[in-house]
Amino acid sequence: MEAHIQVRNLNAFYGKTQSLKDINIEIPRRQITVIMGPSGCGKTTLLKTFNRFLELVDDTKITGEVLVDGRNIYDRDVDVTEVRKCIGLLAQRPYPLPMSIYENVAYGMHIHRMKNSRDEYRKAVRHYLEVTGLYEEVKHRLMTPATSLSIGQQQRLCLARGLAVEPEIILGDEPTSALDPISSQHIERLLLDLKQDYTIVVVTHTLRQAKRLADYVIYMYMGEVLESGPAREVFNNPRHERTRAYLEGQI
Amino acid sequence: MRKRWQRRHIVEGIMKGLMLASFAVVAGSLGLILWIVVSRGLPALTWDMVSQTPKGGFYLGKEGGILNAIIGSLYLAGGGTLLALVFSLPIALYLETYLGDWRWGQYVRLALDVLWGIPSIVYGAFGFTLMLAVGMRASLLGGIFVLTLLELPIMTRAMDEVIRRMPAELEQAALALGSNRLEVATRVVTRQMLPGIVTAILLAFGRGIGDAASVLFTAGFTDRIPKSLLDPAASLPLAVFFQLGMPYPEVQQRAYASALVLTIIVLAISLGSRWISGRLSKYVLK
Ligand SMILES: Nc1ncnc2c1ncn2[C@@H]1O[C@H](COP(=O)(O)OP(=O)(O)O)[C@@H](O)[C@H]1O
Ligand SMILES: [Mg+2]
Repeated sequence: MEAHIQVRNLNAFYGKTQSLKDINIEIPRRQITVIMGPSGCGKTTLLKTFNRFLELVDDTKITGEVLVDGRNIYDRDVDVTEVRKCIGLLAQRPYPLPMSIYENVAYGMHIHRMKNSRDEYRKAVRHYLEVTGLYEEVKHRLMTPATSLSIGQQQRLCLARGLAVEPEIILGDEPTSALDPISSQHIERLLLDLKQDYTIVVVTHTLRQAKRLADYVIYMYMGEVLESGPAREVFNNPRHERTRAYLEGQI
Repeated sequence: MRKRWQRRHIVEGIMKGLMLASFAVVAGSLGLILWIVVSRGLPALTWDMVSQTPKGGFYLGKEGGILNAIIGSLYLAGGGTLLALVFSLPIALYLETYLGDWRWGQYVRLALDVLWGIPSIVYGAFGFTLMLAVGMRASLLGGIFVLTLLELPIMTRAMDEVIRRMPAELEQAALALGSNRLEVATRVVTRQMLPGIVTAILLAFGRGIGDAASVLFTAGFTDRIPKSLLDPAASLPLAVFFQLGMPYPEVQQRAYASALVLTIIVLAISLGSRWISGRLSKYVLK
């Protein structure tokens, strides 16, 4: 296993309360890593340390290192916008930008000046809409507001918009929890396809989804990582008492 | 069982009737006002009325028009709205970012709501006193200054609501794509808030242009179009007031024509603002 993200001695605080306690994990490249654990255990917080979103919350503090390709993203000379360009985020609920469907996908490419001509932008937008299976559904109304799409379509649009800035890592914080079953299934299938090319880290609160998606599992409890390892090992042979209890549905 | 059922329906019927009656009162008065203004004003609304300043004896029924008041009103309300915008946006942003829902923020909002409700003659008297203290004469600048004060509470509260409705997740969505703060502000936040801001501006402009009492002492009245900020300036509401006070029927008719011009301006602004914010808010996240 080759680690894409390495977390070393990571601690995170909201004010005085510590939400992450001495986290040491490695996240494998081009696989799906699933983070599980009871609510309030720090899953979202851990995810937010990967794209430096924790610093958007007032009065937070982080110690330790998060290495992406061996480089600490908290180093002083690291450009935070580059970090976030390289690490996409799929939020719990889709928030399309207040623009048309087309502009939503083109937005990131525009701000990073990734293409040279209108035509290149058009082709790229089409490409990412195809990747997320939206193109056929929206090709006749690319200029209509993104808010006119269904929630499920909006979430796929948010995925397309994130992929368009060419990240290497995709983070998902319970990305299907607001969606209907069909749309959830759609997102899950997309994530399974995308792991050929991307490193994916997903927080999920449903054990079933974890089992469908995970190559690698991280189990958290009260701000600590109790267990991490390949999915089969953790699911079949949990080392820790609490993980076993969680898997058996006692928590 | 049956009796209760009947009672509920009777109560519903009465309530419905009451609502319909209040609606009829409101719609009826609006219609009546419009009818009076149009029917009395339209015959006197000539091209001369809107293209000329008052000539000698205008207030006795001789030639001239109310261009001085039209231009004066646009200058006054335009200037006041511009200045109010300059002050209200930072106040609203400060309210949101530093005071938030904290107690002081609530006090400031309450203060603004109280200011909103203060009669405009009080603003006029306040402005006049200030101007006396610094030795300033009634002028365009004085009028703009007082209209700024008058419009500030409305505009600030409207902006405050706009900013409060801005979802934090939207900013985060843009940041997650690697936007910097400037790009978030100019490309995302602005687009989300623009319809609300446009509405706030036009709402304030509407209050400013329709107000007579606040500019009575502070901007004065003149037959000329102001050439500098220190010249006095006429305004439409005062033009209506003065002409209506004349004992000549043809001058009173011109008062209605002036009122019609003012009504048309206000109507155009509110329809325009609806149209603009409707167009802009097509993309806005609800
Ligand atoms: N903005 C915040 N301010 C203070 N404490 C917070 C904040 N966000 C989360 N926490 C606390 O941090 C802990 C972990 O939260 P979170 O990472 O959201 O958990 P999860 O995603 O696993 O449900 C919780 O105890 C929560 O109360
Ligand atoms: Mg969470």
